[in-house]
Amino acid sequence: MDIGSFVPLVLALTVAPLFVGVINRTKAVFAGRVGPPLFQIYYDLRKLLGKGAVYSRTTTWVFRAGPIISLSAVLVAATIIPFGSWAAPLRFPGDLVLFVYLLGLARVFTVLAALDTGSSFEGMGASREVLYSALAEPALILGLAAIARKTNSLSLSEMHQGLGSLWAESGLVPVLVVVALIVVLLTENSRIPVDDPNTHLELTMIHEVMVLDHGGPDFAFIMYAAALKLWVLGTLSVDMLLPARSGVVLVDAVVALAGMFGLAALVGIVESTMARLRLNRVPQLLVGATMISALALVLVYGEAIK
Amino acid sequence: MISFVELLMILIALTNLMLVGSSRIAACINLAAAQGVVLSLLPLLVTNDGIGLRAVLLAVVVFSVKGLFLPQLLRRALLTADVKHEVEPWVGFTASIVLNILLLVLSFWVTARLTMPRPMPSPLALPLALSTILTGLFVIISRFNALSQVVGYLVLENGVYLFGLILAPEVPLLVEMGILLDVFVAVFVMGIAIFHISREFDHIDVDQLTTLKD
Amino acid sequence: MNLLLVAVVLLFVSGTLALVAGGFPALSKVLGAGGSVAGCALGLVAAVGALTRASTEALGYNWDVPYGSFSVALDPLSAWFVLPICGICGLSAIYGAKYLDAYAERKSRGAHWFFFNLLAASMLMVITARNGVLFLVAWEVMSLASYFLVVFDDDDEGVLEAGRTYLIATHLGTAFLLGFFIVLGQRAGSLDFAAIAAAGPPDAATAGLLFLLALVGFGTKAGLMPLHVWLPEAHPVAPSHVSAVMSAVMVKVGIYGLVRALILLPPAPARWGGLLIGIGIVSGILGVLFALAQHDLKRLLAYHTVENIGIITLGLGLGLLGVSFRAPLVAVLGVSGALFHVLNHAMFKGLLFLGAGAVAHATGTRDLDLLGGLSKRMPWVAGAFLVGAVAIVGLPPLNGFASEFLIYLGAFGGEELSDPGQAVPCLLVIPALALMGGLAAVCFTKVVGVVFLGEPRSEQAAGAHRPGLLMSLPMLVLAAGCLLCGIAPQGVVVLLVPVVSQVVRMDLATFSAQVENAMVPLRWISLVASVLIGLALALAVLRKVLLSGREVATSGTWGCGYTRPTARMQYTSSSFAQPTILFFMPLFRIRQTLIAPEGLFPQRAAFSMETSDPAKELLYLPAFRWVGRLLAGLRWLQRGHLHIYILYIGVTLVALLIWYVEIHIP
Repeated sequence: MDIGSFVPLVLALTVAPLFVGVINRTKAVFAGRVGPPLFQIYYDLRKLLGKGAVYSRTTTWVFRAGPIISLSAVLVAATIIPFGSWAAPLRFPGDLVLFVYLLGLARVFTVLAALDTGSSFEGMGASREVLYSALAEPALILGLAAIARKTNSLSLSEMHQGLGSLWAESGLVPVLVVVALIVVLLTENSRIPVDDPNTHLELTMIHEVMVLDHGGPDFAFIMYAAALKLWVLGTLSVDMLLPARSGVVLVDAVVALAGMFGLAALVGIVESTMARLRLNRVPQLLVGATMISALALVLVYGEAIK
Repeated sequence: MISFVELLMILIALTNLMLVGSSRIAACINLAAAQGVVLSLLPLLVTNDGIGLRAVLLAVVVFSVKGLFLPQLLRRALLTADVKHEVEPWVGFTASIVLNILLLVLSFWVTARLTMPRPMPSPLALPLALSTILTGLFVIISRFNALSQVVGYLVLENGVYLFGLILAPEVPLLVEMGILLDVFVAVFVMGIAIFHISREFDHIDVDQLTTLKD
Repeated sequence: MNLLLVAVVLLFVSGTLALVAGGFPALSKVLGAGGSVAGCALGLVAAVGALTRASTEALGYNWDVPYGSFSVALDPLSAWFVLPICGICGLSAIYGAKYLDAYAERKSRGAHWFFFNLLAASMLMVITARNGVLFLVAWEVMSLASYFLVVFDDDDEGVLEAGRTYLIATHLGTAFLLGFFIVLGQRAGSLDFAAIAAAGPPDAATAGLLFLLALVGFGTKAGLMPLHVWLPEAHPVAPSHVSAVMSAVMVKVGIYGLVRALILLPPAPARWGGLLIGIGIVSGILGVLFALAQHDLKRLLAYHTVENIGIITLGLGLGLLGVSFRAPLVAVLGVSGALFHVLNHAMFKGLLFLGAGAVAHATGTRDLDLLGGLSKRMPWVAGAFLVGAVAIVGLPPLNGFASEFLIYLGAFGGEELSDPGQAVPCLLVIPALALMGGLAAVCFTKVVGVVFLGEPRSEQAAGAHRPGLLMSLPMLVLAAGCLLCGIAPQGVVVLLVPVVSQVVRMDLATFSAQVENAMVPLRWISLVASVLIGLALALAVLRKVLLSGREVATSGTWGCGYTRPTARMQYTSSSFAQPTILFFMPLFRIRQTLIAPEGLFPQRAAFSMETSDPAKELLYLPAFRWVGRLLAGLRWLQRGHLHIYILYIGVTLVALLIWYVEIHIP
């Protein structure tokens, strides 16, 4: 574990809120507005960390534990992701399964904290969110399985290195997997077309309504965890599309960072140009993403036969 | 670099996948047309001794027939029939997508067991041809709307054509004409039948046709 | 082995004494529960000893039953299954001592303790029996004892009905087991397991028949689909500690039987592994979906048992595939994951059922839509239940994740297989497990959220009281166990190694290499679990520091503009599960009754949704009806007169006499 392998983690911790800022800026540009400053999330976090808290009388320790456990889970997940030509600080065979389940842990505790408030709006958001996530998990894990088979390894860092050397022969499989990953990213982070992060109508919210009752430092944790989750899933996608190939550490890092900001802009563009899907169409989208992952896996096998 | 043939194969797989999942008939027609365009590029890539006149001619003919002419015919029929959306088939759209992938897996398994007389342009070609045929069959079986079934038939023909193209790159003239004639006849017969049915009964729901028997 | 036999005898004796002392409830309670705990403790010691020594100890006595011999042995496989049996039975006994106080006036508790200890003793006998007759006798005693435990609350017609279903189902399974042992015994000439193993492998057709017989027979007890229909009937109506024992432990005896049968049969062809994987996937996904549709708390948990048995079967099938394809990694990881899950599931399912029992005990209802807000009224129970829920969903840092992780690793190991025909079944496991985990998350967030969180939805829930120490303590012990196995899985898997080597039958060198492949990731998982917990604690401290000296206020939950929110406006369990059920609707048979609200000021409106089990409705009920019609033709045999029945006995005697003389006296 050399010093270099901590860079992905440090980058994630510091740059993630900026990523969200880029998305918001892109949406504003599309709408013809000036938009919030790029570093707005940092200002928001600082403000929230300085506030007190109000808790509902209905809630129990689960409500107070929810944001903490979610953030811990996402933090540990961030230690598994490689970046540029740096491997992740935490790597072992099978860490991709751990990654998927850490995200699951974060989600379950967010849902529990939401149900703890005893409000029907949180229940509404929670019931939709659990279905979408149940359908998104197979898409994520099948996509990772395809890349795992391609690079013959079970660790995200090794898969990343492996893709770097196999980039020329991988064909379109990483592209298909990235398409599925981006759908999963949009679902897990409640972006359009799955959910609207800017809506203020509780009936239309999915993720936003679950965190409605949190405030102060709790909400700062939640906001930071959301930014981290976005960064982590985005890094995974960019890693696959632009694996390190040049051999020069700095060049790879710059390429990866550029890829990340490109992805942020892409998410912003998708959010600005698409409308939110009807709620009963979202599962179809997710099943489609799972099938694209399955297609990628099938293609990996197909190429290996002959 | 990425093999161009492989890219085309993956595009065919994706068009199959999206076709079984869409409920808008216009989208299905467009996807079948896209498949036709992709197939028209293939003769230029799989020839053994360079791009000859034959290959270019074939490409142009296939492009205009499968990519332009037939889809346009179907779009006209769609306008006349005045129906936009497919009713939910008895295998739901989501389940259809899953089934399509399973059919693809089946195709790979079957073709892995076969031994080919000559090397293939791409290891994906044969399985994808088989899976396109199966997809076309599936669309015909599972959809109620007659136009959707014609689209399914077109996809079936695409698959057969792909098969022929891979297995016999120097296709003798007779087989080429046979394939194209097949398509022409099918479309004309079905087109006429659809116009007549919709005129007689005001709809083209095949399920209702069963009331014709005693 | 001797220690284990002592434990069995102790259980039996204490049970009988409790029965005899039935007139003095306090005494019989102490005798019964105390004897159970003591016996189980002894059993645990014996099992751990056998596992750490990786030894096999056998004992044999003569028994004057044809083909029977009292031969028992404690090898690593049996010892591994003794662990959950003794652990859960002992803890449930402590729990039951307090739980049964609610039935003090109405029922005889002496009888109950007799059957409870008999159940534990017979399960231990089944696990250690090495002779077919002994096995079947112990199996039958186990089924009967559990039947009497299930119908403990026999005032309720529904309970008796469920007990009947259970009795019929278990005997159908036993019939198949009888067939299994008869075929085995015919080949080997004796029903001793040692003799059967020495008789050499049967041909492929016989092996296939034997496998199917064993699968149906043991699968009925284990609760595989579609043989599971008795599970959701019998487990909810039994007293909660009995449900815990049945769901956590007795179904594992079915799994034990299947594994033992696989060891007795020749190395499995790929078909068997594929079949097990298929059944596992179907049981898993359908089990969790049906669980989602329930609003009876214990029925929901019973369906979840079906799902987890599916996961175990899946792992087992994966292991078999690995053996038949010569992929040692897949074999070792699949079997280890499955067997580890046996222990883990016993722990968290026992915990969940005990918690459900505490809830039912305190509120008098099992209906999810009448509960709510119980976390404030019984905080320890809620905490332990939450641990069990997180464990059953399979999330880090708890034990459910550790065993599912091993199965995932095995499935990914299938990627090395180059032949797609071989790789596909292994790879199918991956999305299936992911889907099961996601749906389990839906189900258990629903359960925990609706039962323990929010506001109480009824008077009964509002008036719930805390259960006593005797009931909370076993739950806390089990929760601690879940946590421990999650943080230090490698310690438990070390015990598992001799068991896996017995099942997988590989040469030592490859086996040891694969074990190392399994242990390395587990050590990392253990590290991650500790880091996760540490991080959460650190963040909690951080928040405390941030909030100190600032205003922390409480208020009511914001009602989103509604002026008079009531507890009934919260999401109910059906509404929470509804999006998911709608998506999977073709798989359910749903009966809805809807009285829609009408007009501007609607008065009455009601909605109810019943989902019935398709296996029961489409498979079993028609079959039973058909058999019933067929057998109605035989009614003339039952005349009602005593002389006729004695005539039947006399005729049979004479016929037997004639036949014996003909055959045996030349």
